[in-house]
Amino acid sequence: MTDMVSVKGLNKVYESAGRRVEAIGDITFSVARGEFACIVGPSGAGKTTLLKCLAGLLTPTAGEVLLDGVPVTGPPPGMAVVFQEYGRSLFPWKTVRQNIDLPLRQKKLPRAERDRLVTDSLGAVGLADAGDAYPWQLSGGMQQRVAIARAVAYEPQVLLMDEPFAAVDAQTRADLEDLVRSLWRSLGITTLFVTHDIDEAVYLGERVLVLSASPTCVLDDVPIGLPAERDQVTSRSTSAFAELRTRVHRGIQDAKAGRRTSGAAA
Amino acid sequence: MKVLDATRPGKAPAAPAPRRRAARPRIAPLVGIVLAALAAEIVPRTGLIAGDALPPLSSVLAELGRQAGDAALWEALGRTVRTWAVGLVVAVVAGVVVGVLIGLVPILRAITASTVEFLRPIPSVALIPAVILVFGTGFESGVVLIVYAGFWQVLVQVLYGVQDIDPVAHDTARSYRFSVWGRVRYVIWPTALPFVFTGIRLAASVALVLAITGELVIGTPGIGQLISVAQSSGATTEMFALVLVTGVLGVLVNTGFRYAERAVLGWHPSVRRSAGAR
Repeated sequence: MTDMVSVKGLNKVYESAGRRVEAIGDITFSVARGEFACIVGPSGAGKTTLLKCLAGLLTPTAGEVLLDGVPVTGPPPGMAVVFQEYGRSLFPWKTVRQNIDLPLRQKKLPRAERDRLVTDSLGAVGLADAGDAYPWQLSGGMQQRVAIARAVAYEPQVLLMDEPFAAVDAQTRADLEDLVRSLWRSLGITTLFVTHDIDEAVYLGERVLVLSASPTCVLDDVPIGLPAERDQVTSRSTSAFAELRTRVHRGIQDAKAGRRTSGAAA
Repeated sequence: MKVLDATRPGKAPAAPAPRRRAARPRIAPLVGIVLAALAAEIVPRTGLIAGDALPPLSSVLAELGRQAGDAALWEALGRTVRTWAVGLVVAVVAGVVVGVLIGLVPILRAITASTVEFLRPIPSVALIPAVILVFGTGFESGVVLIVYAGFWQVLVQVLYGVQDIDPVAHDTARSYRFSVWGRVRYVIWPTALPFVFTGIRLAASVALVLAITGELVIGTPGIGQLISVAQSSGATTEMFALVLVTGVLGVLVNTGFRYAERAVLGWHPSVRRSAGAR
């Protein structure tokens, strides 16, 4: 398998008048084509900064990000981002269909294809009938489904998700996790999922990267050997899940305690 | 449970309140109008104001009725409205285009900020002599005054509006590789639109003030000039009838734009909320 996303020696320093904050120390990792990787870290670990560097929305101070071998200098084609703040990421002045359609129009796809993609993606997230509604007429969980549909319709090579379910209730969250997991399995999009929730990371990912506290580095890289077919009740109650959860949790504890070296914690 | 019960009586009377509140606006403004009309009728009759300077409302209305049959009034009104409309359209278009441009380019913003702050507070009326020198006493002078006054109202609002853009919406548009035009049209413009409407409404009333002022001072044909002529020929009743016309014009302008705002901004939280309450 070739690397889809490759991060080399990434460093990000925020500099403002008289203040210098090193958000990301030195991050190196790569994600294989079609892989589902979760990135967890304690709060303030620079997760969002990392994701913005990956998305080309922020320019790293040092190091580079490669997308399919091509250096990322701005938002690259073939990448879609799902933000945590769905309510602000969806345009309230556009209907659900128009929200999904807009990036496709910017991509200059022909009308018939756009219509097909919008309809298919709405069906895929279970909102086939909500196309003519405005985002603000929908519940929070449904709005995030629209944002996911928009990302999927864009047919990206890489899907970035920045704590997408942090603002929805627990049951909606479980449904959305299963939705993302099944979309990944059916579409095979390389997915990077940033979260602060350890259980979510282990349940969703094929692999979990544990970040240190800021200035951030990768503390642990945990392969998740759970079967591909996962279920909210049974998968979470297996002993394998508990062990992985413990390992990631310990990593987070270490991160909070200030450990910086990426020693093999296996 | 005790606590819950205790809060209940407080809540119960609050429930029917919306209905009462819904009924009040329908009567309250009427009461206000009736009171004002009574005052306008009675005060002149008491002789508080000397001579015929302030005619009672009934004779003003009668005069207005007579004037309504006269083509001169309608022609003057047409001229005033034309000056107002042309000036307003130019002011709004210029304000929006310049505002979006300055708002998008940080350097332009830095360069223009001090100039805007200097030019904006100059009252247009102060420019009347200069405008007469440059543009003469015709229709153009009124338009120029209106454009000057209205432009700043719109520009400042558009600048606020462009600044109000949500960083997440902006990142979304960037990550989906919206072109500059795509960002202006689909993200920045809708964000700024509520501010643009406020600017237009402010500019529309200022434009009306200046349309009348221009006619009064410069003598360009229109309602303002008719008022001036009526005053100098001692026709006070006719003068007040014309003043009343300008008042009606102002109300029509304001309500017209409020309706347009509601129709266009159906998605906006401020309109959404009021639509829900209805």
